[in-house]
Amino acid sequence: MKKTILAILMVLPTLAMAAGGAYTEKVDYDLHNKESLQNGAKLFVNYCLSCHSAAYQRYNRMGDDLGLTDAQVKANLMFAADKVGETMTVALQTEDAKKMFGTKVPDLSVVSRARGADWLYTYLRTFYKDDSRPFGVNNVTFADVGMPHVLWELEGMKKLVNADEMKAHPGTAPKFEKISEGKMSAAEYDSAMRDLTAFMVYMGEPAKLVRYELGIWVILFLVILFLVAYPMKKEFWKDIH
Amino acid sequence: MEMLKALLGWVDARFPATKLWEEHLSKYYAPKNFNFWYFFGSLALLVLVIQVVTGIFLTMHYKPDATLAFASVEYIMRDVNWGWLIRYMHSTGASAFFVVVYLHMFRGLMYGSFKKPRELIWIFGMFIFLALMAEAFMGYLLPWGQMSYWGAQVIVNLFGAIPVVGEDLSIWIRGDYVISDATLNRFFAFHVAAVPLVIIGLVVAHIIALHEVGSNNPDGVEIKKNKNADGIPLDGIPFHPYYSVKDIVGVVVFLMFFAAVMFFAPEMGGYFLEHANFVPADPLKTPEHIAPVWYFTPFYTMLRAVPDPFLGVVAMGAGVVVLAFLPWLDQNPIKSVRYRSALHKLNLGLFVVVFVYLGYLGVKAPEPVLSELGLRFSEVYFVFFYVLWFHSKTRDAKFSYMSLIIWMALFSLNDFARHVEGAGELIMMGWFIPGIYLAVMFLAPLYTNLNAEKAVPERVTG
Repeated sequence: MKKTILAILMVLPTLAMAAGGAYTEKVDYDLHNKESLQNGAKLFVNYCLSCHSAAYQRYNRMGDDLGLTDAQVKANLMFAADKVGETMTVALQTEDAKKMFGTKVPDLSVVSRARGADWLYTYLRTFYKDDSRPFGVNNVTFADVGMPHVLWELEGMKKLVNADEMKAHPGTAPKFEKISEGKMSAAEYDSAMRDLTAFMVYMGEPAKLVRYELGIWVILFLVILFLVAYPMKKEFWKDIH
Repeated sequence: MEMLKALLGWVDARFPATKLWEEHLSKYYAPKNFNFWYFFGSLALLVLVIQVVTGIFLTMHYKPDATLAFASVEYIMRDVNWGWLIRYMHSTGASAFFVVVYLHMFRGLMYGSFKKPRELIWIFGMFIFLALMAEAFMGYLLPWGQMSYWGAQVIVNLFGAIPVVGEDLSIWIRGDYVISDATLNRFFAFHVAAVPLVIIGLVVAHIIALHEVGSNNPDGVEIKKNKNADGIPLDGIPFHPYYSVKDIVGVVVFLMFFAAVMFFAPEMGGYFLEHANFVPADPLKTPEHIAPVWYFTPFYTMLRAVPDPFLGVVAMGAGVVVLAFLPWLDQNPIKSVRYRSALHKLNLGLFVVVFVYLGYLGVKAPEPVLSELGLRFSEVYFVFFYVLWFHSKTRDAKFSYMSLIIWMALFSLNDFARHVEGAGELIMMGWFIPGIYLAVMFLAPLYTNLNAEKAVPERVTG
């Protein structure tokens, strides 16, 4: 057991160094923008939900929060479930996933809280052609990821041109060159990925849509309570000293 | 009204309701000069109530099962009405508890509240602190995220460092060879039943002991020494209504901060809820950086400062336990920092800096420079307690120099023992941290009047 502790303590610094210096870009999303969230939801159910589950997210809860009726959800966003009260599970079995991708496919319900919005946004936009990988693509943000570039038909394919520079100076922004065009322009793709990120941030914590506003009311209430409590204290204490 | 009076009379004949009310509230005379620092006792009680109540509601939906726990927390966050609010209250409450308790303890340290005749209040308080650490540690396992799992793995493994029985002890604690469903179940039992009962019992003992001897105050003057003809302390005022109305103000202000965190930053940038804990526990995948939650980090740094695992555990434990001996370490008859020397004020200030910095180091990965600082600040943390004892009375030159030489020799011996090729410069630089601290604390009283103390007034001021 001593060895285990020592090993953990010794491995810690190297692991932390490996984590540092990763390149991420800031994403400017807006959780109040229902259209953006709806677009993100559409991308999510069409492109992500075939392999990834979001097993804690219910279809009808998503509908309620994004301003969609049950019928709209059923017609446009529900391909893998029968009832709107179900959660976003997938049929892909863990064993099959291991055979296909070499790893189990993570559930995405709270991935935005584990990784952060900036990381997701950057990750979705940094796939590049790499013939040494099983699916022919690699990712700058998540090196040697087991995931294929499922959005290639939207983005097209690109290659990384400054790999050496990035290796020499960790944290350098990647530079890409388009090899084939997709259905979207670069700007359209960025905007789509922003919507998808926004949706995943929402999905990570649906309460985020309400807690800020509620918080303001609660603090306002406490301010009023203070305006009562403090004079009361003063009144009681005026004969002390 | 008459009926109510009659009912109260009926109860009082059978249960000391009025007697308890008077002894602990309406006729409990507290010093009239409590300041800002005296809010944190009542606030700790408030947070305890918040934790108990929100905890009860959380257990209604939480599942202590390795395959269900993570999902049940997300169920609470999404599908339970107001579940997210209750969960955030509980998670924010955990951190708030430590904020409040650390400030409460520092108040005791500043005004000598642990000194005679309040030693037992301090001891009960230390047991509460220990129980609180156990409570927080076991509660952190329950969401069954990666940090829950690996944090528990690292901490329980520490018991394995104890010679002879260590290995068996850690298996006994876990109920398995690794953290598993068995561990989760027993931690749940301890977290929701056993430890809270202990904490509540200790809090009752803490308050009974306090009300037996009476509260200390920022002047460190015993108000019971000056009583009027009716036996009421001249500087005392009934706790109720005076301090009940004052504490309400404290509660409201505290709740503003509490609500601000809960609604606007429940993760507190990853310090209250760690990002990696949103990945379900995976026994096969060690997270990149295992850091304990912020309130354990000062002691975690002490653990890491010592290379030998067992001695590290001893150092970490000693870092907590040494606080319990304060009543016998600081024997200076002056209680309050107000009338202690400038040097003592400096010493207390440095202690705060050291403790906070140890906490900061505990969340950082141990790079060489930071590790060296971790060791040096741990050394200062421990010598602080000797310095407190040293400053209990005036020491002569011989004793001062002997103290300095012995402590410096101890550090230096350790430095020789741990010296490796290439680390010399870092060790030499680091040596000055405890070196200068000790030189100032031991020698300043000889050559300056920094150790001059002030006269303690008869009655409380202000």
